[in-house]
Amino acid sequence: MTVFVIRRLMQAFLVVFLMSVIVFFGVNIVGDPIYMLVSPDADQADIEAAIRRLGLDRPIWEQYFLFLKGAVQGNLGDSFVFGQPALKLILHHMPATLELAFSALFLAIVFGIPLGLFSGLYPDNPVSKGIMAGSILGFSLPTFWVGLMLILLFAVELGWLPSTGRGDTASVFGIQTSLATWDGIRHIFLPALNLSLLKISLAIRLTRAGVREAMGQDYVKYARAKGVSTKRIIFVHVMKNIMIPVVTVMGLEFGSLIGFSVVTETIFAWPGMGKLLIDAILQLDRPVVVAYLMIMVLFFVLINLMVDILYSILDPRVRLQDQGA
Amino acid sequence: MTAVLEVSGLKTHFFTHAGVVKAVDGVDFTVNKGEVMGLVGESGSGKSITGFSILGLIDQPGRIVEGAIRFIGEDIAKAPEDKLKSIRGNRISMIFQDPMMTLNPVLRIDTQMMEAILAHEPVPRKEAWERCRDALGLVGIPSPEERLRAYPHQLSGGMRQRVSIATAFLNKPDLIIADEPTTALDVTIQAQIIFEAQKLTRQTGTAMIWITHDLAVVAGLADRISVMYAGRIVEQGLTDDVIDRPLHPYTVGLLGSVPTANNRGERLFQIEGMTPNMLALPEGCAFSPRCGSASGACRTPPPIEHVADRELRCYHPRSQAAAQ
Repeated sequence: MTVFVIRRLMQAFLVVFLMSVIVFFGVNIVGDPIYMLVSPDADQADIEAAIRRLGLDRPIWEQYFLFLKGAVQGNLGDSFVFGQPALKLILHHMPATLELAFSALFLAIVFGIPLGLFSGLYPDNPVSKGIMAGSILGFSLPTFWVGLMLILLFAVELGWLPSTGRGDTASVFGIQTSLATWDGIRHIFLPALNLSLLKISLAIRLTRAGVREAMGQDYVKYARAKGVSTKRIIFVHVMKNIMIPVVTVMGLEFGSLIGFSVVTETIFAWPGMGKLLIDAILQLDRPVVVAYLMIMVLFFVLINLMVDILYSILDPRVRLQDQGA
Repeated sequence: MTAVLEVSGLKTHFFTHAGVVKAVDGVDFTVNKGEVMGLVGESGSGKSITGFSILGLIDQPGRIVEGAIRFIGEDIAKAPEDKLKSIRGNRISMIFQDPMMTLNPVLRIDTQMMEAILAHEPVPRKEAWERCRDALGLVGIPSPEERLRAYPHQLSGGMRQRVSIATAFLNKPDLIIADEPTTALDVTIQAQIIFEAQKLTRQTGTAMIWITHDLAVVAGLADRISVMYAGRIVEQGLTDDVIDRPLHPYTVGLLGSVPTANNRGERLFQIEGMTPNMLALPEGCAFSPRCGSASGACRTPPPIEHVADRELRCYHPRSQAAAQ
C-alpha cells in the first residue's frame, strides 16, 4: 500500500514536469505578452525595460530553466499582470472553486443516485422514462447555454436567486465558505446546479445501468430465496455492488468538475480559479496559466489515488499491492 | 409418512413476445418428510422452473397459471408475497447451481449467512453468528470462525457450495430445493457435497428435492425419482425401480446414454433428435417425434397411468423384459 502510494506520487511528479514543459513552451508560441502589459503609448525604452524586468529577453530554454529552479523551491513565478506570486493568486481563488465543485458533486449524488435507482428498479414506469429523457438533455445541452437559461429563468423572470458573484462568506474551521451563510447558499445554488447537471445525468445513467444489471444477478435471486427483505436486497446487496462503478466514475469526474467550472464561473462571474485562468489566458499571463495547470494535474493525480484507495475499501476483490500501477 | 409438499397440476407459463412458453405444464408430485426426491431432466425441461415456482420466485414475464402447491397442508401457490417471504429461507430453502454466482461478491460470508437467520427471527447478532459458525462446522469447513470473516472470492467453489448448504440448513427447514448444486463442481468435490447433503437430511429429517440432469448423482442419493420432459413429469417411482426397470422410452434413452463398464468400447446410445422447441411443442406426447415406439395414439397427450407403484405418461411403456 505504501509502495503503491509512493509510486503513484513519483508518477505524479513526472506528469507535472511534462505538463510544465508543454504549457510553458505552448503559451510562448501563442503570443508575446509584452504588448498586453505595457501601456499603448510606452516608448521603446519602456518596453525594453519591461521585457528585461520580466526576464523575457533571455532565450526560452533559459527562461524555462529559471522557472524550474524556482519551482523546486515552491516559487512558480510572479504573475505578469498582478505582480503577485502566481501560486498565491491561485490558492486565493481556490476555495471558491472547490466549494462550487463540492456543491455540484453533492447535488449529483443527492439527485443522481436516487433517480437512477428508481428508474433502474422500475424501468417501464413512465416516471423512469421521463428521468431517462431528462438525463439525455442533461448530457447534450451545452453548459453555457443552460447557465444562461438558468439565469434567465430564476434571476431575471422569477427573481428568486441572484445571478452573479459569490455571496457572504463565513469562516468554518478557518475556511471562508459561502455555504455557511444563507446569502452564500442563494448565490452558489445556480452555478452549482449548472455545473452539476452533466454529473447528475451521469450518476442517473450509471446507477440505473448498475441496478438493472445487479437485479438480474444470481446473488439477488439467492437473497430473495433466503427470505431477505426487498429493502435489504436493494440497499445492501445491490447498492454495495453498484457503488463500485459509481464511486470510481464520480470520483474521477470530480477533477473534470473543477475543469468545467471555467465555463460556469465565467457565466456566473464566480470569483474562482476558472475565472482567473480565463483572464490569465486572455492576457497571456504565463506564470498563472502554468501554475494553474500544474496544480490541476496534481489534483487529478491525487483524486485518482483517492479513488483507487476507496475502491479497495468498497471492493474486497481489489488488492492495491497486486496492481501494476 | 406425512407429505411435506404436494404439487398438483402445476402450470408455470412465460408470456414472451414470441409466444407462450409452457415451461411447466401440469406437474404433480409429492415429497414426504425426510425424503429425497430426484427431479431429473435435460436442460430446458422445466425442472428448475418447478423449483422456483414452489418458492414463488418466478420473474416476469412468467407466472403460475394453474395448480396447487400444498406445503404442510397449506396452498402457497397463490400466497401473498409476505407469506412467501416468511417461508423462503425459513421453511423451504434453496441451494443454487453455481456457487460462484450466488454469493454476493462484496459481502462477507457472515453477513450473508446471518441475514438468513435475522430475516426470520429477531435473535441477537451474537447468537446468529454462533449458529452460522456451528453450521459451517457441520458441513465440514475447517476453522469456521475464519471463513465467516472471509469474502466469497477467498473461498474455493466447493467451499462456497458448502456455505450455501450450511445456509440452507440454518433455520432447520422442512424442505430444501437443491438446483443442480454439484453441476459446477469437479467430481471429487461433487461426491463430498452429496455426502454432506445426504448426512444432513438424515440427521434433521429435512425433505429434499434434488434437481439434476445427472442420473448417476440421484441414483445413490434419492429415494424417488421423477423424470421431467418438456414441462411434464413422464415417469415417477422409487429410485431402484426406475433405474433398474425404466418404463418410459425417454427414461430408457436417458439410462442407455450413461456410460458404464458394460458398454466399454461400444458406441454410446443416443436419443434421436433434439430437445423440443418450447414455443412449438409437438401435439400430444412431446417426446413422440424422438420416440421409437410412437404411434398415432401419441397425438393426444397421454394421461397419467399407475403401473404398480409407478406413475407414467406413456401409451407404449417398455415391457419390463425388454428394458432389461
